[in-house]
Amino acid sequence: MDFAFSEEQEQLRGFAREFLASRYDDARLAEIADSSTGVDEDVWPKLASMGWLDQDLTFLDQAVLFEETGHRPLPAPYFSTVALAAPALDADTGKRIASGTLRATLAWAEPGRPQALLDPVETSVADGRLTGVKTLVPDGAVADLFVVVAADGLYAVEAADAEVTPHPTIDGTRRVADVRFSSAPARALASGEEARVLLGRIRDRAYAALALEGVGVAQRALDLLVAYAKEREQFGKPIGVYQAVSHKASNVYVRLQEARSLAYWAAWCVSEDDEMARQACLAAKALAGSAAVFACENAIQGHGGIGFTWEHVLHRYYKRAQWLAAFDGSERAQRAEVAAFLLD
Amino acid sequence: MDFHDTSEEAAFRAELRAWLSEHWAGRPLEGGRGDFDALRRWGGELYKAGYVGLTWPSEYGGRGLSPTYQAIYLEEMSRANAPGHPGVIGLNMAGPTIIAWGTPEQKKRYLRPLLDGSEIWCQGFSEPGSGSDLASGRTSAVLDGDHWVVNGQKVWSSYAHKADFCILVVRTDPSAAKHAGLSYLIVDMHAPGVTVRPLVQITGDPEFNEIFFDDVRVPRSSILGSPGDGWKVAMTTLLHERGTLGFALSAELERMVNQLIKLVKEPGPDGRRPADDPVIRDAVAREWIEMQSLRFTNYRSLTTLLETGIPGPEGSGVKLAWSEANQRLTSLAQSLFGLTGLVSDEAPWNGFWQYWQLRSRGNTIEAGTSEILRNIIAERVLGLPKGR
Repeated sequence: MDFAFSEEQEQLRGFAREFLASRYDDARLAEIADSSTGVDEDVWPKLASMGWLDQDLTFLDQAVLFEETGHRPLPAPYFSTVALAAPALDADTGKRIASGTLRATLAWAEPGRPQALLDPVETSVADGRLTGVKTLVPDGAVADLFVVVAADGLYAVEAADAEVTPHPTIDGTRRVADVRFSSAPARALASGEEARVLLGRIRDRAYAALALEGVGVAQRALDLLVAYAKEREQFGKPIGVYQAVSHKASNVYVRLQEARSLAYWAAWCVSEDDEMARQACLAAKALAGSAAVFACENAIQGHGGIGFTWEHVLHRYYKRAQWLAAFDGSERAQRAEVAAFLLD
Repeated sequence: MDFHDTSEEAAFRAELRAWLSEHWAGRPLEGGRGDFDALRRWGGELYKAGYVGLTWPSEYGGRGLSPTYQAIYLEEMSRANAPGHPGVIGLNMAGPTIIAWGTPEQKKRYLRPLLDGSEIWCQGFSEPGSGSDLASGRTSAVLDGDHWVVNGQKVWSSYAHKADFCILVVRTDPSAAKHAGLSYLIVDMHAPGVTVRPLVQITGDPEFNEIFFDDVRVPRSSILGSPGDGWKVAMTTLLHERGTLGFALSAELERMVNQLIKLVKEPGPDGRRPADDPVIRDAVAREWIEMQSLRFTNYRSLTTLLETGIPGPEGSGVKLAWSEANQRLTSLAQSLFGLTGLVSDEAPWNGFWQYWQLRSRGNTIEAGTSEILRNIIAERVLGLPKGR
């Protein structure tokens, strides 16, 4: 049993942390989140040149990047491309991603019906043309390519062949969009049982990735809370001496430790295709999503009025935390599946 | 990162599983602590089979294995629903402290009988006026020739009514500063002047005790470290308590979760299975997830320990989270029985849940109250300013 990331992975973490901190300080992040697109248009080729988009990265390598891009949000469709779309794509398309010329995402949910990743859909394909309406597509407005879930399998559709309606989203750097496909040229990626298995794996991977981001988010919220509790003085003392404040930080720390342990377990299970991967990913998503929300809520409370302002960075993290927690159903949805595994 | 057992670890796990299925399988669940003499014999069996003192150096009767093996041992014991060795204080606190601070004579005298369960230890740290604030203790020891003469009172001492020896923190220098005036003695619980009064807990069981010391004469050589080292020696004891505790707790929680799963699948008093109620299903899943998170937090902490030689700071958090999870879990189980669960003589599950639900209220108090653990995390892990 060895829980440590490799030396190379720790090195990658160090580079990532440095890169993200220098490129996106809190003010710059706020500026991008409030911009028209919510993304840093120039960063994608840069990610490619750093090797973040390489096809030969293991999921444990990517795990380090997911955690760091939660700690300091990366305003680019990294999660959508790497976790949601890439596992369904062929090697040639993977090369376009690796070279920094393609951003992709997954379109599964449809309006007016159950919208979980594994729920049945109506979107259909005839003679290589895909027709259907998708909603809640992550980073839908900035993707160049959609992996589309259709009734009989997964298809690739170029964004140029789709009609995209962006939605403002409270998490400004990870917005969702509606996407309409009207007889769009579609390339088959997987069908039938193969597609179903693949989509299950994409979901596991997405849960693990979001749990890792959640760990990064909760860590930053805790860092901010602790720093503020040390420096802010009331009644002549730093507020961190008061247990009403310090015990909040301790509670966040405990939840964060738990979330981190499950997120790393899930990441390892995904990378090893372990038999417990499904349960590990469900557990990690459920706990890390709520831990990130819990951390941000405690950090906001610990900051008092300033923590409740638009100007302070905390709400950006809070909204990202809510995004992670809400993805593919709240923690209750994941626990319902865990319960089925335990009880049925 | 690799979560698989190594081939040696897998072999150890398989061997232990086989041994348990032969020696333990099928024994009934017990509500309370059960028959202590039977537990003591069980401890002896475990020792003979080589499962006690796994991480202790072989020169002291251990097997010199890495803490990973202790973790595997605890996991497999809980999965087999087998009780642990009853010499908890000796194995987890007195033994490691003697290994760290004892003279060769002390190691020779005390360690072996502690491993095989023939001698039981208790701990004399807390006092009526000195609970979380350990260094404020007032039990005194005064030198008189070749003996320390001990007077005072200790409290919350588990196993004292069964114990042969006590690790005792005493004040030997009343003029020194608070922490510097303490010393750490080994006291024979059968010596004249030692009186043990069991304290009945809210469960009705006398699991812990008050100990009164009236002019108890303790040989001058029965000290760990030098006079005045008491605080440092006691910190060694507590470090070991928290260092090995985590796995015991997550293993215990795994055992309880497995019992809970069994319980909810049975028809309740109204004939319906709780496992068909979405609210109950959600709560069961939540505790399973909590249990896994603590298990893997322990493994993460173990990786740090193996790399650096120092236990990670996660231990306090595991204790904190475990105690609250165990309270939620046992209360959930009891809630399924309604008033039936409160009947004493014909309680469901032979009183198992009734006992453990009440017992769980002690979990947030013993071995560091949750409030003290939150202080420890805030001050020592997060670096927040001290409140005192």
